[in-house]
Amino acid sequence: MAWRDSLIRLRRLEAEAIHIIREVVAEFHKPVMLYSIGKDSSAMLHLALKAFFPAKPPFPLLHVDTTWKFREMISFRDQTAARVGMELLVHTNPDGVAQGISPVASGSSVHTRVMKTEALRQALDKWQFDAAFGGARRDEDKSRAKERIFSHRSAAHAWDPRNQRPELWNIFNTRINPGESMRVFPLSNWTEIDVWEYIRAENIPVVPLYFSKPRPVVEREGTLIMVDDDRLPLQPGEAQRMEQVRFRTLGCYPLTGAIRSDAATLDEIIAEMLASNHSERMGRLIDHDESSSMERKKREGYF
Amino acid sequence: MSSERPAALLETSGASASSDPRLLPALRILTCGSVDDGKSTLIGRMLYENRLIFEDQLSALARDSQKHGTVGDDIDYALLLDGLEAEREQGITIDVAYRYFSTPKRSFIVADTPGHEQYTRNMATGASNADVAVILVDARKGLLRQTFRHSIIVSLLGIRHVILAVNKMDLVGFDRAVFEDITSKFAAFAKPLGYKTITPIPISARFGDNLSSKSGRTPWFDGSDMLGTLESMNIGSERDTLPFRFPVQWVNRPHLDFRGFCGTIASGTIRPNDEIAVARSGRSSRVERIVTMDGDLDVARSGDAVTLTLADELDIARGDVLAAPKDRPQVADQFGARIIWMSSDPLLPGRSYLMKAGAQIVPCSVTELKHRVDVSTLAEHAAKTLSLNEVGFCNLATSTPIAFDPYADNRDTGAFILIDRFTNETAAAGMISFALRRAANIHHQDITITKSERAQIKHQTPAILWFTGLSGAGKSTIANMVETRLHALGAHTVLLDGDNVRHGLNKDLGFTDADRVENIRRIGEVAKLMTEAGLIVLCSFISPFRAERRMLREMAPGEFIEIFVDTPLDVCVARDPKGLYKRALAGQIKNFTGVDQPYEAPERPDIRLLTAQESADVSAQRVIDELRTRKLL
Repeated sequence: MAWRDSLIRLRRLEAEAIHIIREVVAEFHKPVMLYSIGKDSSAMLHLALKAFFPAKPPFPLLHVDTTWKFREMISFRDQTAARVGMELLVHTNPDGVAQGISPVASGSSVHTRVMKTEALRQALDKWQFDAAFGGARRDEDKSRAKERIFSHRSAAHAWDPRNQRPELWNIFNTRINPGESMRVFPLSNWTEIDVWEYIRAENIPVVPLYFSKPRPVVEREGTLIMVDDDRLPLQPGEAQRMEQVRFRTLGCYPLTGAIRSDAATLDEIIAEMLASNHSERMGRLIDHDESSSMERKKREGYF
Repeated sequence: MSSERPAALLETSGASASSDPRLLPALRILTCGSVDDGKSTLIGRMLYENRLIFEDQLSALARDSQKHGTVGDDIDYALLLDGLEAEREQGITIDVAYRYFSTPKRSFIVADTPGHEQYTRNMATGASNADVAVILVDARKGLLRQTFRHSIIVSLLGIRHVILAVNKMDLVGFDRAVFEDITSKFAAFAKPLGYKTITPIPISARFGDNLSSKSGRTPWFDGSDMLGTLESMNIGSERDTLPFRFPVQWVNRPHLDFRGFCGTIASGTIRPNDEIAVARSGRSSRVERIVTMDGDLDVARSGDAVTLTLADELDIARGDVLAAPKDRPQVADQFGARIIWMSSDPLLPGRSYLMKAGAQIVPCSVTELKHRVDVSTLAEHAAKTLSLNEVGFCNLATSTPIAFDPYADNRDTGAFILIDRFTNETAAAGMISFALRRAANIHHQDITITKSERAQIKHQTPAILWFTGLSGAGKSTIANMVETRLHALGAHTVLLDGDNVRHGLNKDLGFTDADRVENIRRIGEVAKLMTEAGLIVLCSFISPFRAERRMLREMAPGEFIEIFVDTPLDVCVARDPKGLYKRALAGQIKNFTGVDQPYEAPERPDIRLLTAQESADVSAQRVIDELRTRKLL
């Protein structure tokens, strides 16, 4: 509790996120929380638990499973759902599976579109959710910096960056027409360091992959890829080796670069980040496809 | 602020050396200035100087600078901020971008907003949550119309601390006289704007003078640099000292033994055993517990999101405001407010919008637009409507009373938005000034004979039969036949017809959208009075807009019967009983429904009459039959 009197910054961010989460539950018929298993989702889930205590959050968790997540992520996901006692929905794009889409064979761009963007749209349509929480933060990317906390989506799940509703004070316009939906980002105003400091202050469990450990990796175009299972074919000249690495961001393992690091505790992670010269998205291969790639993906319905 | 000491710094207490900025909340900064004043460059440069730009972002920036940059081979810092593709291509910022940065001393949230006149709404959006505004001025150009505009919007939205950044000092040779001339003119202009502090700083955003460190090129300047000023700025925790306000967001009821009220404390502090009152109902109780997942709290302050339980079982729902019993918010259904129009559809006085104020959502209409405010001069002009980006002062009426404080006293409980009921867009942002006393002092008179008694003596149930449709659809003909039959059946009726009403009650109104809305509102009020008399009221009006017909339905719940006289336009044109279509199509009549003004057909009318397929006689009988089915006859 002591941190709340010293870190007013985090206290405000926590209250703002709780306010947003409650507002969604009060005004939408069928909300869902997109749970991507990463640190931001962990913090967001924790805030949801706080928002409705002593009740459970009155919505399910949804994980869009590309089938290429790190194995430790999936086991952490299932443990977490059991720990918090919330319903966990998992959706995988059956068309993508049938077509054999994979980040290895199809490339990051196709894989992301089919197994993430399209899969998410399928899931939202299947369960008829009218609001979906996401853990995105505005400091992640330039196009995110302009997205609203309550971000309107057409019936086709498209985002129109030129036609966003103005968002004033803490009064959110939650009105939508039938078939439309809202993506809601309670962590909009958090930065990466805020998330880690909050995780430390509140002792929130996160996937162990964030902490340094010797792991089997291959180096590919300057990026360290962890060999999480036998689906990653080694290219000529590549050799798997053990390195002391950790992940700053988590996604599909063949698309997620590890960083060489000895940071094995939250304190060490935070210290390392304060000294870092690189942004967290550097480890994400999918963002480098082309300039403004994130804005394009988001218009199509990516989270 | 005086010309001898241009750097008159903050008069607030917290800038003392002993206070640790880490203890302060993130400072929310709004940057504003005219096009090319260098806003984005200023923020980009501050990030760069504080090593807050990561290497991968810098290499992307160097790439982008070659493609889109405007400063030759140098790095164009503005590109760090201009996020959306369209903006980068046009070289302008078109929306609000939020930037986050921290120094070892403090965290900052920067809202970067456009300078163009047409984007007032975005600036107001950025200003609504800001603690301090950085107003940029080009040293060569001095104060411009845009500077006045931005300063006034900032003041309207209640920002009380301003940093006047006189930029491009390098281009005027760091001339002290230029700086002091601008700062003294600004001080004179800003007097009526109610700022608590104005901190002028001479800078060069491009070269970094007086940004993160004092510049050697302005030895005459004795104030702090930009970053030092921002780091030490304490805008105070004024909200803690205001009376307690707690808008109830959600009622938490996991089981029968727990009933908690969730919300964020808008102002004041609360402790267990404190008395509270429910603003609208006036009922009071005591706080029992302040519940959080970390255990119960001994005290909670403004800005905290908590769950309160009360000692008594009161009827409290989302939208109620819990308040200090000795200092309660006002409760009213009519008030005066400033509004900033944010929709491309203009404001229509009389039209029903949704007002969202805190967690309260109620139908609301602008009853009177007092004036439009010129936000470059504060001059007031008469106006009938407000267009996108215009600011006005108006009277509003809500369908049920809401609890509020004047915006000047409390930003959280005095602010609202208006939502268009059909497009769902945010049509306006508003700031309440005061309750209209006339509403508070005119109480409903207690009358002995009631509406139902008046109706009973006539052996009937009052109703409003509302005939809507295009001109020439056959509304008046059918309404006339229906009334004749009702009369023959012994019913007490009255028929209000569009043309007849426009000769009398509404002869001051024309056919613009705004006048059509007012026309229908007045007729609705008259029809309602007549149902009070126990009458069956037949109304025959084109009434082209769904919004107004919906308003009528809400004015007379259960009594409003919408009859859509559904005649295709080509049939109406062919009939043309008054020769009006001919003249409208020839351009001799403006604003003619179906010709140059839209008709919004009812989506779910109570009765639909297809006059192209049946005679007026049959249509009239169908109305009578429907009234029988509904047991109104």
